[in-house]
Amino acid sequence: MSDAIRHFTTTVPFWRPYVTPIDLETASPEQLEALKVTPSNTKVSEYVLVLAHDPESLSHRTPLFNGIMYNRGGLSRAERELGAVGASVVNRCIYCTAVHASRYNQLTKDDSVIDKVFADGPEGVGEDAALDARQRAILKFSAQLSQCPSAATKADLEALVEAGIAAEEILDLILSTALFGWANRLMHTLGEPVAQEATG
Amino acid sequence: MTTENTTLLTAGVRPGSRLAAIVEGRADIMALTQATQEAVLKPREAGGITAAERIALACRMARLNGEVSLAAHYEKRMPPASRRIADLSFAGHDEGHGDSGDDPRLAAIIRHVDLVTQSPKDATRDDIATLREAGLAEADIVRLAELVAFINYQIRVAAGLRLLGEIA
Repeated sequence: MSDAIRHFTTTVPFWRPYVTPIDLETASPEQLEALKVTPSNTKVSEYVLVLAHDPESLSHRTPLFNGIMYNRGGLSRAERELGAVGASVVNRCIYCTAVHASRYNQLTKDDSVIDKVFADGPEGVGEDAALDARQRAILKFSAQLSQCPSAATKADLEALVEAGIAAEEILDLILSTALFGWANRLMHTLGEPVAQEATG
Repeated sequence: MTTENTTLLTAGVRPGSRLAAIVEGRADIMALTQATQEAVLKPREAGGITAAERIALACRMARLNGEVSLAAHYEKRMPPASRRIADLSFAGHDEGHGDSGDDPRLAAIIRHVDLVTQSPKDATRDDIATLREAGLAEADIVRLAELVAFINYQIRVAAGLRLLGEIA
């Protein structure tokens, strides 16, 4: 068994579950419906096969996730990804961080922001003076909202406004950050990230 | 929005306010949030974690986050028998009742809920093994994880909206 990855990376790992995934051969009609399995689409990730143990919540998860991360208007896709990264770094979800940090890099064609976030670590999210005010405000707010209890303050919100972010965009940032308070608590607690090449 | 939305209600989003108008732009997300709440608190198939336990655990997580109005909302709706589960001083063992008050399954569930709510980064493979040893089936481990994950999302949406209301 290969060792789990413990450091932040933009290389998306494999996810190895702690819980036995459901078996598609014996899945119930409700599970298959929640998985959106069709004869032409039988490729389902281990992660989703684990979540299929609870088909009712899984059936809402996909539209909710897609809506929060990709719906029209509001905050840019890249900045929603940055909110997801802020939450995932605080919660030390290596897998979610890799997926959303790499998407941020693809969308912005700039690796330098994520490099700084990784170098600063969970305690320094949103504090890096080398980031611009808008990036700092987004990361700081998402990191603060991800604490338990939330440590986000009116001053954190005012920093977003001062950086030119409209209230409608702040709502999208709240939603993407909160969504990763959800996703991290599944991905990081129900399995672990392992190197792609080491699992074959 | 015609049906009650717990998250908006407990975040203090007042109909007709500027905040309500902003949130209306994401009405689909708020409706899906309510639907997921129903799915984790009152599922058609509850498996090994009862509806009474689920709502009390939701109240407990809101309390752990200092989300007073969400905690009060769930508190009002939980049956008397499960009130102790939401009591933060209760860890699954009744002091002074000898062994009869011990409930290893409930103690394992509460321990896990508190850990994943407060410090998800510290959760490991061993924590899932602990739930299994306490008698939880694989499906119940996932059901519990979804409940904890969703309520922690809801807590942050409510906290964020309340802050947004201060400046919107």
